[in-house]
Amino acid sequence: MNRGCMSTGVHPCRVTAMVLKVFFPSCCSSADSGILIGRWISEQSSAVILAVVHFPFIPVQVKQYLGEVQHVTKVNVSVLGSWSNSKQEKEESLSEFLEDLGTIFCHEPWIQISKEGDSKFWSCSTLQKHSKDPQEEEIILVYYDQRKVMLSHLHPPLDTSGQRAEDASKLSAIFDTVARSQVLFMTDRYDEGPIKLTHWQSDGVEASIIVELLKQASVPACMLLTFLLSLVSGICRSRLLKLWPLSFLWSKLSTCEQLGHRLQHLQVISSNKKAQNQNQFMRKANIFVSLLIDVALGILLMSWLYRKNRIGHLADTLIPVADHVAEELQDLLQWLMGAPAGLKMNRALDQVLGRFFLYHIHLWISYIHLLSPFIEMILWYVGLSACLGLTVALCILSDIIALLTFHIYCFYVYGARLYCLKIYGLSSLWRLFRGKKWNVLRQRVDSCSYDLDQLFIGTLLFTILLFLLPTTALYYLVFTLLRLLVVIVQGLIHLLVDLIDSLPLYSLILRLCRSYRLAAGVKFRVLEQQDGKPLRLLMQINPLSYGAVIQTYRLPTYSCYPRDSWASLCKKLFLGELIYPWKHKGDKQN
Amino acid sequence: RLHYESVIRSLIGKDGSCLSRVFYKSIQCSQWLPLPSCLPLHNSMVLSAAIFITLIGLIIYLHFVKIDQESLLVIGSLGIQVTSSYASGKESTTFIEMGQVKDVVINEAIHMQKVIYYLCILLQDPEDPQGVSEVVPLFQSSQPRLDCLIEVYKSCQEILEQRKTAPQSSEIK
Repeated sequence: MNRGCMSTGVHPCRVTAMVLKVFFPSCCSSADSGILIGRWISEQSSAVILAVVHFPFIPVQVKQYLGEVQHVTKVNVSVLGSWSNSKQEKEESLSEFLEDLGTIFCHEPWIQISKEGDSKFWSCSTLQKHSKDPQEEEIILVYYDQRKVMLSHLHPPLDTSGQRAEDASKLSAIFDTVARSQVLFMTDRYDEGPIKLTHWQSDGVEASIIVELLKQASVPACMLLTFLLSLVSGICRSRLLKLWPLSFLWSKLSTCEQLGHRLQHLQVISSNKKAQNQNQFMRKANIFVSLLIDVALGILLMSWLYRKNRIGHLADTLIPVADHVAEELQDLLQWLMGAPAGLKMNRALDQVLGRFFLYHIHLWISYIHLLSPFIEMILWYVGLSACLGLTVALCILSDIIALLTFHIYCFYVYGARLYCLKIYGLSSLWRLFRGKKWNVLRQRVDSCSYDLDQLFIGTLLFTILLFLLPTTALYYLVFTLLRLLVVIVQGLIHLLVDLIDSLPLYSLILRLCRSYRLAAGVKFRVLEQQDGKPLRLLMQINPLSYGAVIQTYRLPTYSCYPRDSWASLCKKLFLGELIYPWKHKGDKQN
Repeated sequence: RLHYESVIRSLIGKDGSCLSRVFYKSIQCSQWLPLPSCLPLHNSMVLSAAIFITLIGLIIYLHFVKIDQESLLVIGSLGIQVTSSYASGKESTTFIEMGQVKDVVINEAIHMQKVIYYLCILLQDPEDPQGVSEVVPLFQSSQPRLDCLIEVYKSCQEILEQRKTAPQSSEIK
């Protein structure tokens, strides 16, 4: 920690009435003499200079032109003052001429800025005609980069409410002014009109052939895409696909959900309406870039898979892997049927459960072997769908894992149901033991008097269930752990898919390459000062941090997130209730 | 192995004396000598990985954690700007407009066994003219002592007072 190394910049203000702020574009620093046009914001006592009009001009034409600009842009543009850039020493006649201009254009206060020769320090003064008492005004000159301020988008901090935007930001008024005056920047120095302006684009309007061509081609492309998408969504919504077995299947497969999500994205992009505001435009651009990268990665994956017939190898190893998993499960069951970890099981129940599960595994293996000749072909065609995107490929992988471990899911359900039944039986018989009963109507435990034979049978059953508990609990534990493992793997894959879906890549690239477009605020730098001359500041754009970019422009997804907290998850596991840890946004509540 | 065996055979073939047997044993031992020499190779990979990770960690520390200089710029009519510059040259700036600033104060805080003083900016609550919406602490890394803070406080108050005495511009036209 560096103690004491700290500086304060304090501007020693002389006691004045108010401070006039002049925002001057840095591109006009070398312009020839003329008059300044811009917007005067009286509440903040600041003048935003937009351009310099050069001599010769006819005042009437200037006023007419400004009226037209005002009508189009709805910005109150007017003549604010005069600008003189003389290479030699100050000319008295010129300065008188400029003062006289003040009477023609009558703006209060009339700002006069003059630059002599190569001096860095400009002199700035104001003329007040109708003030009651002559006051010396303090003037601050703030230089700003016109092009950057015009293109930039100010991001207010996230906790501002709607009504605050009106009065709060002085800076947003300035940014707004420059951004809305775009039509002013369309006339350049080489135009034939009566007005000759200097601003950031005075050397000719920028254009690019590629951009123009893309704009022309995008309209028919969008229409074609919309037509295709309407066809596809029509097919998807048809009655045929809504029959019961199929609709159940579609709802369980995550691939279908991901495909539906991407379809929605495509519909957003291909719509003909232009983006109304900055947020919509960024959203469209983010979706477009995300789709592009996704498809590119998917095609890369596909080319890698199909290159050395890797997909054939994959299909060949799939059956042996499934066999291996089944064999491991059989070994596990044999271990459980013996004396697992030295624990003594109830022989009869153990054998029954063990044989039951072993039979299921035998069935499963037979089904897999039935399918084995078709696996390679199925996998080959399914692998082709990786060209739809990397996210689709990952979802297919997650679905394949779910299908291959279906038997583990079945075992988990059997084990959980058995255990759940046992726990409920035990708890109700325990209440009987103590002479109490669960009152369903009142949802509470009440005392109850039982007959002797009821008590006798209840106690017997309680003892039986209690001593059979370890066996069932062990089977339940083993299969729950396996199921949790599979769920965790699937969850990780879905997390990755979510990440790819929701990352705003266009915004991040924009922040990297053109950081002035996303502005969190501004920063000022104090330039060299001289006594008697106004304070000069350089205003630069302070870009948004990467974290704020991601937070602001994150794409919404159908994300899956944990349904239960840790405490309720543990409770459910203890009681033997079935757990479905991941909840999708569209799911109905249980 | 073959090379050593042929050497041994030729030695023993000449005469079966103890000398050749000793030589044979020493060659057998030296067979294993090349192996320990490859262990330092393995160690150097670990070492270079450790050095690389330390370098990366150091760069991250200098760029994101270590603050060299903190500065405060108060412009009476525009606002307050707080800059921190890191050891790697990165500068992070925040600018607060004057309309949002309610006051600049020195706060006391009890931290463990001592009382610390810090300068902070109070931001105006838009709904409630008397309320404070946020407190922005300044100089958190350099943590200057009270005498330093008092000087800064006095300079800030000079400027903030002027903005209260300056009349609003709407009347003066």
